[in-house]
Amino acid sequence: MDGNRSKHEFRSNTLPAIVTVGPVSLLLMFLVVAPLVFVAVMSFCGTDEYYNVVYNFTAENYGRLLSVDYLKIYARSLLISLITTLLCVLIGYPFAYIIARTKSRKRQLLYMLVIIPFWTNSLIRIYGWRSFLGNSGWLVKALQFLHIIQEPVDFLYKTGTTVLGMVYCFVPFMVLPLYTAIEKLDGSLLEASSDLGAKPVRTLFEVILPLTSGGIFSGCIMVFIPCLGYFFVSNILGGGNTDMIGNLIERQFKSANNWPLGAALSIILILLTLLLVKLYQRLGGDMESLGV
Amino acid sequence: MGTIVEMIGVNKRYGSNHVVKDLNLIVNEGEFLTLLGSSGCGKTTTLRMIAGFEEPTTGSIKVEGVPVEEKEPYERNVNTVFQTYALFPHKTIFDNIAYGLKMKKVPKEEIKKRVLEMMEMVQLTGFEKRYPSQLSGGQKQRVAIARALINRPRVLLLDEPLGALDLKLRKQMQLELKRLQKKLNITFIYVTHDQEEALTMSDRIAIMHDGIVDQLDTPTEIYEHPTTRFVATFIGETNTYDGCVTSITDGIATITLENGAVKVKCDESFSILEYATVSVRPEKMRFSREPREGFELVAVVKDYIYVGSVLKCIVSLPNGNELKIERLAGQELPEIGSRIFPYWEPEDAVLIHNDSYKIFKILDEIKLA
Repeated sequence: MDGNRSKHEFRSNTLPAIVTVGPVSLLLMFLVVAPLVFVAVMSFCGTDEYYNVVYNFTAENYGRLLSVDYLKIYARSLLISLITTLLCVLIGYPFAYIIARTKSRKRQLLYMLVIIPFWTNSLIRIYGWRSFLGNSGWLVKALQFLHIIQEPVDFLYKTGTTVLGMVYCFVPFMVLPLYTAIEKLDGSLLEASSDLGAKPVRTLFEVILPLTSGGIFSGCIMVFIPCLGYFFVSNILGGGNTDMIGNLIERQFKSANNWPLGAALSIILILLTLLLVKLYQRLGGDMESLGV
Repeated sequence: MGTIVEMIGVNKRYGSNHVVKDLNLIVNEGEFLTLLGSSGCGKTTTLRMIAGFEEPTTGSIKVEGVPVEEKEPYERNVNTVFQTYALFPHKTIFDNIAYGLKMKKVPKEEIKKRVLEMMEMVQLTGFEKRYPSQLSGGQKQRVAIARALINRPRVLLLDEPLGALDLKLRKQMQLELKRLQKKLNITFIYVTHDQEEALTMSDRIAIMHDGIVDQLDTPTEIYEHPTTRFVATFIGETNTYDGCVTSITDGIATITLENGAVKVKCDESFSILEYATVSVRPEKMRFSREPREGFELVAVVKDYIYVGSVLKCIVSLPNGNELKIERLAGQELPEIGSRIFPYWEPEDAVLIHNDSYKIFKILDEIKLA
């Protein structure tokens, strides 16, 4: 019934639809679809000896990307994204819970704590971390002052540092969907659980977590997928020791100047992302809670 | 019949908002006690303090003789039926009802047996595998009751449990609840704003008003012998007259009203020159064509309202106040606009101390001084 109705509505509204949505669609075609097609085409091209793009059909780029070295980097990307996502849940959930269950004005304040970093350039914030963690940074100085360490220690350029930066960047993406889910949770259910003899921990596992699992799920997707493609965090904090797919792509387009290979990597990343979104939908995920 | 819940000197404040004021409430074992009042009178807060969702600001609450103020809800042997049912939407009906037993780590076999037994008692057999969203309001209500009762609480707290049901279902559930309560012999503390519901179901009713229990008594006593002006007007329809006690002879007081003197039966607690309110139910009102001994009221018939078995006659007094008089259909009726003399049997009316007149008393004293 719904299908019929929407078809009918579409037909009767064709002209207004073209007038209103048309220009935007054209713009999107021009800005999104065309470049994507261009990337896809380029991923099947080769290069001459000066790394100029040569438009001949070849699957060589994809062949190269199947080598062990590249597979290692995919695996590392997945692992780092996974750890980041897990840490974001662990940090984000209690925080989101506190915001959602706080009444009055304090709630606004807590909410702003999440939102304000959003408004600051993330590149600048990551550089901030770098100067904080570096071997002449505040952290080292503070630890030396407290005599916890004697010699300067470099906290930068480790996998842990990259994960730290990633978690820092992505926690808000986790907190917001969780906040929405937890806020919807009916307080009387928690009272009922307690009334029926459940201690707080039991209530957490029996009522709170199952009823907010949708929020956890969409939060994970919101963190995991962009995390896979991020490059500047591992660039600045990982210093080349923790390369991820994003770094590879960046390098192919810039220093290595091998655009077709970079295009092929991008396509792989896009396919991986689509696969995950599809999986998310298959598991019953709601596209709206991703903001799509 | 022992005491099961004891609230002594309980106060609850939210900031400057004094919701429950110096409440003393003794609930007997096995009784059906209703907290009745309009919204914001503190009845739900009182219930939530017994359940443990709210902490009293001052005062003590004992359940089965043990102080519980410090105890969390999950440590108390009372269960609640929530106004919104609060069923767990992600659990089946079976799991919802089994929840309390599961928390107490009762063996699985016994849980199954008791849940099925309980489901039969509330007539929900066959609904085990459904989810709350697949049930009607009345069925959800039964699940909520079953989920609370299965824990065999000493006291069951019900917070306007029938509020969301339609009238017919509500009447049916009222009877069912009463039947369950008698059968299981569990103390029910029931919160409602519906006076008819309270009168139908309760052993005793506590009428709450502005954070205070105005009167705690059986339904009959509350209806026939209200002790405050609020109770008299809140329960059922009544005619009230504010006046001053001018004489008392043989237990019959003469009250002088703005519109003349009337007679009412009274007890020793009243004294001459006291301000008081007379309350007379419409069905106890009489009228005649001739003035009656001791009654000086004169009224004009304004209108008749037909309500099935009875007719309500609206008459107005010289000062503009209107009275309701009930007449059985078929009785002789004076014409609209004609003059009548309202009266009643002195023992059919109730005399109530009038607190709001205390201020005049104080003013009088100041004047005399």
